[in-house]
Amino acid sequence: MNPEKKKMKITRIENGTAIDHIAPGSALKVLELLDLKDEKKNSITIAIRVDSNEMGKKDLLKIEDKFLTPTESAMIALISPDATINIIKSFEVTEKHPVELPEELTGIFDCSNPNCITNQEREPVESKFKVTDKDPLTVRCLYCDNLMEEEQITHQLIRSK
Amino acid sequence: MPNPFAGESFISIGDKTRDQLESIMDRAELMEKYRNKGTDAARGLLMGTLFFEPSTRTRLSFQAAMKRLGGDVIGFPSTEGTSVQKGETLADTVRTVSQYVNIIVMRHPSEGSAKLAASLLDIPVINGGDGSANHPTQTLLDLYTIRKELGRIDGHTIALAGDLRYSRTTRSLSRALCHYDVKLILNSPEQLRMKKDLLYELEERGLNPVVASDLEKSLDEADLVYATRIQKERFPNLAEYEKVAHAYEIDRDLLEKTGNPHLMHPLPRVTEINPDVDDLENSVFFEQAGNGVPVRMALISDLLDLEVG
Repeated sequence: MNPEKKKMKITRIENGTAIDHIAPGSALKVLELLDLKDEKKNSITIAIRVDSNEMGKKDLLKIEDKFLTPTESAMIALISPDATINIIKSFEVTEKHPVELPEELTGIFDCSNPNCITNQEREPVESKFKVTDKDPLTVRCLYCDNLMEEEQITHQLIRSK
Repeated sequence: MPNPFAGESFISIGDKTRDQLESIMDRAELMEKYRNKGTDAARGLLMGTLFFEPSTRTRLSFQAAMKRLGGDVIGFPSTEGTSVQKGETLADTVRTVSQYVNIIVMRHPSEGSAKLAASLLDIPVINGGDGSANHPTQTLLDLYTIRKELGRIDGHTIALAGDLRYSRTTRSLSRALCHYDVKLILNSPEQLRMKKDLLYELEERGLNPVVASDLEKSLDEADLVYATRIQKERFPNLAEYEKVAHAYEIDRDLLEKTGNPHLMHPLPRVTEINPDVDDLENSVFFEQAGNGVPVRMALISDLLDLEVG
């Protein structure tokens, strides 16, 4: 097949964010975590398992009029550490950077230990984790020392949303 | 030498260096002189003992330690009759009590509770047990007892026996023993083996524990045995529990047959130590509980930066 023909066509957005190089099959999880309250405004394009020169297959999200908060960016890094963020203004990419996993994660998801003080009702404390390993992803609760791995983190991320 | 603990909280043992542990134990040795006659180093100072969960030894030995230092104690032994029962948060309780006292000791059922309290207060907080996570002063007094009984910790064989899966004390003690050159034997029933992640951690830190099942053989090899309570609720049925509990009973015959190693236990005991061993010279579990006083005196002095003696 002519490589040009194989190239995908995805609608351009005027202003907003394109999240590229999402791990194949993870776009819906990413979407679930983002704050997209304004349903009328945020038109969304999703591409799942499309061809990628670097990754073989990848997912892609384009969201009109959405700019990520640092917390959202960290959440994407947890689910898809190789994703890149493209900020688009007037149809042009004005900024492009990989998602970055902070060393500490505060208030992003709940500790999986139900007995951790951060899970007790009304106590004025946010969950806080230290990233102890990036591959495979492992975090340690800075309050109760509970270790959590990727699967648990994803589960907690979606539960805490 | 400046005191690295002055004004600090004491939340876990895992972040302490060997030198720091040794320096508290050295100070505890100095406190032996005052553990029965007292001193007035902490005159005018108050400790708050907040026990959201019951305790005999930890609470009373902290109170004894503060009073022997010349200070005084206020607090509660359970949440009964306190605003906690009206739904007050831990954060509000500790912030209130910190207005009345110079140092707080607390035990709470949630893991990480002492760390939260310490982060909110500008006075020292001592963790007297937070859920199943930490009980650092127990580990300090355990190390101190081993050092006192054997002369030094390095170069000895220490056996931990009983429940090594759920017991907070053996978990914490085994981590602290990584600072020392010891041979560690982990003797437990199959169902109560030490968790794999801790075992790997000990190995990574250079302690290569021997996992064992034959209690008599382990006692024979050990200079000191640290026994723990086997809890009924960990077993699917009573018959299974009784079988294991019986196999882990240490009695006089067994001790005398195996060269009479020193015997420690964090207490309370149930059936794992037969009372017929109580008068043996090497049965040191009550002395161990008693060592809680000089060790806690030392820790309080360090955190409050007291001049003792």
